[in-house]
Amino acid sequence: MRSKAMPKPSWNLEYLMWIFTRISGLALILLAVLSISLGLLMGARTQMDLGTLMRWAFFPNSNHVLDSEIPDIFLWANGFWQIMQILVLFFAATHGFNGLRVVVEDYTSPGFWQAALRFIILLLWIFSGLVAIYVILGS
Amino acid sequence: MALNRKVGLIAGAKYKGGGPMLAWALHRISGLGIILFVTTHVIASFSTQQLGSDLGISINIIYESIYFQLFIAFCAIFHGVNGFRIIILDIWPRLIRYQKESTWLEWFVILPIYLLTAFIMIQRFLEG
Repeated sequence: MRSKAMPKPSWNLEYLMWIFTRISGLALILLAVLSISLGLLMGARTQMDLGTLMRWAFFPNSNHVLDSEIPDIFLWANGFWQIMQILVLFFAATHGFNGLRVVVEDYTSPGFWQAALRFIILLLWIFSGLVAIYVILGS
Repeated sequence: MALNRKVGLIAGAKYKGGGPMLAWALHRISGLGIILFVTTHVIASFSTQQLGSDLGISINIIYESIYFQLFIAFCAIFHGVNGFRIIILDIWPRLIRYQKESTWLEWFVILPIYLLTAFIMIQRFLEG
């Protein structure tokens, strides 16, 4: 029933972020599943309670598993997990602050204040990313 | 987005969108809840870890309370499952015909996960 060809999408910010939101959402689910699976393989099944494993699933930072019975923290705090944390940080922060931008644009009309709020969100994205990288590399 | 719709909160709530509208509204609220929690948590962990100040501890008291945790657990579970539903509907656009049914289906996934989580959390809370 297609009467005419699909219009070719132009790669503007909205279209790009629409795609990115889907991809990063899937990526965050997959990263959480991977963190839970590897955590269970590293002994979380007998050495951790559910809450600690969930903290680890959302963000695989070694500070999240300190109050458990794991014998060796080194397994949970190394370069691999720092890369995983930076991946989670990038996907989550970009997904989240882009979502905040969409919500703000829904409730404001184009003009000075919308541009100002968009700029503040951009600054928040950069600032929280830098702070989180500091925490990741320092822990 | 560029439209100037002038629809108030009460007029918007009267719109009979049903399940998909509830999912849309909750997706928005839960997303904002997660942003609120994650941002405060990053600031709190940075200030305790790097600056050693008491600011992080006072922020911790807010989000370590059982009410905030029950709220944020719902936000995370709902946002994840509903986002997964949106991704599936966007990958296979023909399924949009069953959008209403999909919002019913997602509650059958969300409610058992959330109620079990809430049960464990409240049990732990009452044990102290």
